[in-house]
Amino acid sequence: MTTLEQNNKDETLLRPVNPVGIVGYGAYVPRYRIEATEISRMWTGGKGGVPIKEKAVNGLDEDVTTMSIEAARNAVNRSQVNPHDIRAVWVGSESHPYAVKPTSTIVAEAIGAVPNTQAADWEFACKAGTEAMQAGIGLVGSGMGKYALSIGMDTAQGRPGDALEYTAAAGGAAIMLGPAAEAAVVINASFSYVSDTPDFWRRAHAQYPSHGDRFTGEPAYFKHVIGASETLMEKMGRTAADYRWVVFHQPNAKFPMRAAKMLGFQPEQYEAGLLSPRIGNTYSGAAMIGLTAILDVAQAGDRILMVSYGSGAGSDAFDLEVTEKIDEIRDRAAKTEDYIARRKLIDYATYARFRDKLKG
Amino acid sequence: MQVAKHWRMKAQRYYMGQDGVAPATTTQQNAEDFQFNGRGEIYSYSTVYDAPAGYEGQAPYTVALVKLQEGPLVTAQLTDIDEDELRIGLPVEMTTRKLLTEGEEGMIVYGYKFRPSF
Amino acid sequence: MTVAIVGLGQTSVGEHWDVSLRHLAWQAIERALDDAATTDIDALYVGNMLASKSSHQDHLGALIADYSGLRGVEAVAVDAGEASGAVAMRQAVLAVMSGQIRTALVVGVEKATDQTGSESLSSQSTGLDADYETVHGLTPAAMAGLMMRRYMHENEVGVAEFANFSVNAHANGGKNPLAMFRNRFRAEKFTKAPLVADPVSLFDASPVGDGAAAVVITSQERAMDMVPQPVRVSGSAVATDAFALADRQNPLWLKAVELSSERALRQAGLAIEDVNLFELHDSYTIMSTLALEAMGLADPGRGWKLAAEENILDGRLPMSTFGGLKARGNPLGATGIYQIVEVAHQLRGSAGANQVADVKVGLAQNIGGTGGTAVTHVLQID
Repeated sequence: MTTLEQNNKDETLLRPVNPVGIVGYGAYVPRYRIEATEISRMWTGGKGGVPIKEKAVNGLDEDVTTMSIEAARNAVNRSQVNPHDIRAVWVGSESHPYAVKPTSTIVAEAIGAVPNTQAADWEFACKAGTEAMQAGIGLVGSGMGKYALSIGMDTAQGRPGDALEYTAAAGGAAIMLGPAAEAAVVINASFSYVSDTPDFWRRAHAQYPSHGDRFTGEPAYFKHVIGASETLMEKMGRTAADYRWVVFHQPNAKFPMRAAKMLGFQPEQYEAGLLSPRIGNTYSGAAMIGLTAILDVAQAGDRILMVSYGSGAGSDAFDLEVTEKIDEIRDRAAKTEDYIARRKLIDYATYARFRDKLKG
Repeated sequence: MQVAKHWRMKAQRYYMGQDGVAPATTTQQNAEDFQFNGRGEIYSYSTVYDAPAGYEGQAPYTVALVKLQEGPLVTAQLTDIDEDELRIGLPVEMTTRKLLTEGEEGMIVYGYKFRPSF
Repeated sequence: MTVAIVGLGQTSVGEHWDVSLRHLAWQAIERALDDAATTDIDALYVGNMLASKSSHQDHLGALIADYSGLRGVEAVAVDAGEASGAVAMRQAVLAVMSGQIRTALVVGVEKATDQTGSESLSSQSTGLDADYETVHGLTPAAMAGLMMRRYMHENEVGVAEFANFSVNAHANGGKNPLAMFRNRFRAEKFTKAPLVADPVSLFDASPVGDGAAAVVITSQERAMDMVPQPVRVSGSAVATDAFALADRQNPLWLKAVELSSERALRQAGLAIEDVNLFELHDSYTIMSTLALEAMGLADPGRGWKLAAEENILDGRLPMSTFGGLKARGNPLGATGIYQIVEVAHQLRGSAGANQVADVKVGLAQNIGGTGGTAVTHVLQID
């Protein structure tokens, strides 16, 4: 069956004309961590449970641009692609340093991809990064360009004292997309599932996001994550047991574990990619950095299901298959766990300073 | 605001390209294509407590002379480093960070800093 | 043609809140003209570093000439960072030597306190490399910190070893009524001083202040007719080095200091051993150390020892005899002229409580940036 015939067979899934894969990847997590109990010490007198152990915090001199540059450099190094052959540098984030002026042009310049490249910033709450991947698959799969670099990165905002403050974290990943024949991971198919669901938002000039509290769960996260996962698995003719690994968007520890359980996945399938207990919710970066952690340990032949979630709302689901190339590229850059191990605990006062919460 | 001034320096700032090297001191052929690998060691360092305008929010911060593997010294800030880690000879690597922000509404200037090697 | 100094004037160094840039310059000029007993000036040379930043004022030549009642004279301002004063002196010396200018007035003036705090510190950092040093948050103290740390590492010396430069400067400054700081300094306190740019502390660093100093120079021949004790400028030399510290072959070797002192002494036909007194650029204790080494007064790595052994009014080579930059104060672009005025007073025997006995040859040395410019003047009395 030709690719075209395959596409004609089922128009639900997204499948490009030319097969596309991941030829390089790179993670970034800043060095600083604040424990959730340190945050609860401020707001609840340390009483009550916390959703994660600790979260990653960007330093004073870091933002989505600098973090994207490092993840991008790691992806370029792993892929060994000549930066001039990268035809798109797309950065998905909800904390772009400028409201107007692309993060992506700075990243493209820093990795030497300018001037013959697409560059744009993507916004779709926490799925901006995987949306950039979907677009990258389209660009490469259509033959418009050989390589596309899709980045999901955030320095997420949480209002002091809000539930989000415990988890809103900094970090993310860059994924270099290219021809499947060169890839360490082949993308068999992908799927997007969206609806107008007002679970979480930030208005144009607001510093912190607002959210629907428990509304963010069942009608928002679970409906879209489960919906996207089930459709992709069904159309691919797979069950949970067909995947060696699974990674979901991870706003906390509980949601992705519950989603995994609902879909029939076991802890050994999701544990490698479940980073939120140790680095928090990296928003646009969350599912993608879960994927890079999996790729650091995956073997040729492993199948991976990756499902993101962005408020507003929607999920991108990807059916991935690891190739033998993975062993070649893995050690060409720092691994996700290397970044997580590089850890400096800070107190709430330092956190408040780093996060520009001292006004006045 | 010094938009053009910072823009002009971007190759230097983002990956330590050769912009700004005095033409008369450039002996290497094809020097415009030369790029440092970004690794070196601390040659000297100083922690600044009394910061100039635009840098107060970063104080105290540590600046250094870094001896690059290729030989030259470069002046830059150190980042992601604690006071007790500072020592002459410490291996460091280049990273791109915010150098300064021109106020609440101005331009963000990015450039090289060095951190302890991974 | 030999050039001689016939008039000296200086203001106190400090925080002159109520005095403007032009008025401060005038105060020094008035005294220098009185001292020379002349108003017959052909050209004015102004040394200044900060005015364009701190006072939003350039074009200082005409401004100060006008305010000082010298409308019509040739006038120009010179910039060489903290070495502006001595470079202005050098330009005046060249002009008189050329025969084009008969009598020249040189004024170094700094009105640092028109800016305060971090804004002032930014302005003071403009003598460094904006693209490769200051953009990374470096200040003059941070540059000194880099040099001092490396020096301590290479020579296995501690912070305390630098203390005597400041102790001696303050001992001398205590007798100078124009000095910014006249308090005594105890060496034991040195290691506990507040840090400015580690390892540089407040006790290593010279305080920046307002001040103005002026000299009147003319030909030696004419000088003999004007004043009883003209001071001969027998050597005057400016030298430059790699501008950024990182670009130096050896960041602990002040090549411009070596070159300018060599050139100035050669002009005077003297050796360093002939020098009786040295007003050095003690902006930071490390700068004093490195200057002494670059001039051959101490072996590399041993410059700090001279502070303990020599730097007193009656030592072999008295230094910072009016307190130096450390205690008299550091009025940046005016500093170089203060040094010349002080050496000239020593040669004339008019140094009051700060007088050093039997001075025939004095050296004044002014450094800009981290040593990008160094200026050495040899002054003599016959």
